[in-house]
Amino acid sequence: MAIQRITLAKGLNSGLRKAMEDDPKVLVMGEDVGKLGGVFRITDGLQKDFGEDRVIDSPLAESGIVGTAVGLALRGYRPVVEIQFDGFVYPAYDQIVCQVAKMHYRSKGRSKMPMVIRIPFGGGIGAVEHHSESPEAQFAHTPGIKVVACSNPVDGYWMIQQAIACDDPVVFLEPKRQYHADKADLDDSVDPDPLFSSRVVRRGQDVTLLAYGPTVKTALSAAEAAANEGTSLEVIDLRTLSPLDLGPVYESVRRTGRAVITHEAHVNLGMGSEVAARITEECFYSLEAPVLRVGGFDTPYPASRIEEDFLPDLDRVLDAVDRSLKF
Amino acid sequence: MSHHGFGPDLVEVFGPSQSDGGPELVQLLTPEGERVHHPEFDRDFSAEELRGFYRDMVLTRRIDTEATALQRHGELGIWAQLLGQEAAQIGAGRALRPQDHVFPTYREHGVAWCRGIDPLALLGLFRGVDHGSWDPEEKHFGLYTIVIGAQALHATGYAMGMQRDGVVGTGDPDRDAAVVAHFGDGASSQGDVNEAFIFAASYNAPVVFFCQNNQWAISEPIERQSRIPLYQRALGFGFPGVRVDGNDVLATYAVTQAALQRARDGQGPTLVEAYTYRMGAHTTTDDPTRYRLSDDVERWKLRDPISRVEVYLRRNGLVDDDFIDTVRAEADQLGHDLREGCKAMPDPQPLDMFDHVYAEETPELRAEREGFAAYLAQFDGHSVEGRR
Repeated sequence: MAIQRITLAKGLNSGLRKAMEDDPKVLVMGEDVGKLGGVFRITDGLQKDFGEDRVIDSPLAESGIVGTAVGLALRGYRPVVEIQFDGFVYPAYDQIVCQVAKMHYRSKGRSKMPMVIRIPFGGGIGAVEHHSESPEAQFAHTPGIKVVACSNPVDGYWMIQQAIACDDPVVFLEPKRQYHADKADLDDSVDPDPLFSSRVVRRGQDVTLLAYGPTVKTALSAAEAAANEGTSLEVIDLRTLSPLDLGPVYESVRRTGRAVITHEAHVNLGMGSEVAARITEECFYSLEAPVLRVGGFDTPYPASRIEEDFLPDLDRVLDAVDRSLKF
Repeated sequence: MSHHGFGPDLVEVFGPSQSDGGPELVQLLTPEGERVHHPEFDRDFSAEELRGFYRDMVLTRRIDTEATALQRHGELGIWAQLLGQEAAQIGAGRALRPQDHVFPTYREHGVAWCRGIDPLALLGLFRGVDHGSWDPEEKHFGLYTIVIGAQALHATGYAMGMQRDGVVGTGDPDRDAAVVAHFGDGASSQGDVNEAFIFAASYNAPVVFFCQNNQWAISEPIERQSRIPLYQRALGFGFPGVRVDGNDVLATYAVTQAALQRARDGQGPTLVEAYTYRMGAHTTTDDPTRYRLSDDVERWKLRDPISRVEVYLRRNGLVDDDFIDTVRAEADQLGHDLREGCKAMPDPQPLDMFDHVYAEETPELRAEREGFAAYLAQFDGHSVEGRR
């Protein structure tokens, strides 16, 4: 394949298509995923090419979508279910944390649950309530499922295929505000990083900046701005939230002595809390400052006219960087 | 139920309470052991089949009484009793073909018996040595499901998988398959059960929803779950519902077999409501004397599923005392084996808790296991009390 310039939406769509071509057991299921191609068009054209038995338009019932996917997985299929918006995943929460997550464990490994639960997550699109949530910590707190977040078109293409190939259930988070935003070059002759790995996306010396999903772009913008002011930020895209891959993070923090983590989810008991605790355990003697967190405030997601104030932006990240450097 | 001053009274809508299951109840053997016929669901039973039903029910009852006794002796943490529901479960269980697949709740000890599950494996779950040790695919019998009704969706999805595998409606009796989802009257209130009805109807999935209406969801009576007979709900979802006498093993068998065949033939789901009564408690922690009348229990004792088959078999000369004695002796042996086997079950090792969390174990979990193993190793050669 020649190098293609693609969006995240295109990367995910192509990745899904490739996975379906490679394995006839892969099914796509969810509300409006068929003829419409999903409300974000991520599954565009798949039903036309793979048929209604493999790209299944479902009734409007999230627990039903995930619960029937459990049965399909037990029958040997690899269902990829789409939750239309993050805030709609909660009706399926019981099925995900009590059934999907525990089936392999309860059956002593006899029943595999190779399911992917795709969730468009995060804000920044000016939506009404329940359409801009960041529920990752709720799932990362549950043993038995794995949680990943892509941040760019190339990762979207590879990570969705890797998640589908994984024999464990994967909650797959897609930053919805970046579906149709930036383009990147996809060269699929280059081997991808493993699914459950973090990646240094910008080298720097002064502070380690951690992000995933939609805040990777924010972090890179902050690093760009900081560089203009003479501060060098190292940016790491966590990519995998459960398991966490903190080896590269520890290596970085031991060099910089400082870490700031940013995510859209509420700060209290969020992913940042876990990462900060682990960095403290592993890098205590290297730290020059406490690990700082920049996230959404501990309020319900606000009305969209003020969501820009809720979301961590470049200035709030740089403010935390300044606070870190002042210790 | 009291009249709330708005909406019709239950009696106005449905007439007086139908404690006998009402005129729509499918029955082939009366509580007095008299064989009756039904225009739609009748079938002939060989003497061997009938004796088999009797034996299955007696042995299943023994599993239940032994497990209850083991719980009283502190050998099981808890036990979900099935006393009174033997016919509903043996009738449904024996109607299965080998390739059919069952998704149970946590009280399907009789169905498990029909699927060849070692009763000790059921006890293991309630003793706390594991979460179920049988192979769900090999036995075609899923793990017990504690969250009420969750398995109705799994059953529907599994049935959708069968459709995609091409094992529905081919006309080959050894190939065509269906799924049974078991649940109770309480579960009929759960969203998952209702969503399963919708998915199954929408995709015409080969699934039989088998509801054992045992009248009680712990202390909540059936009136708290439904203002209409449960089987009538099926019509609202677009598939047929049947109410069968769940204390009549013949009728339960015949109705379930018909529903399964319908599903295997590609005609979609059926709701079977097995109208029965939970003679015991919900579980061994429950005290039904706090919420129900002993009169009701006494009335249902007269409908005992085992004694009516025994009466029929004896009256028609299909069994002799030797047969009955042999089954009793078999039950005694089973009881003995369960008592001994249960007490001999080894506890799992502490590090076993880390096994099988993932198909591909994570480095984080591996590190946790190793850390705990190292911690435990400090106490090698010391008593367990030495840990603290």
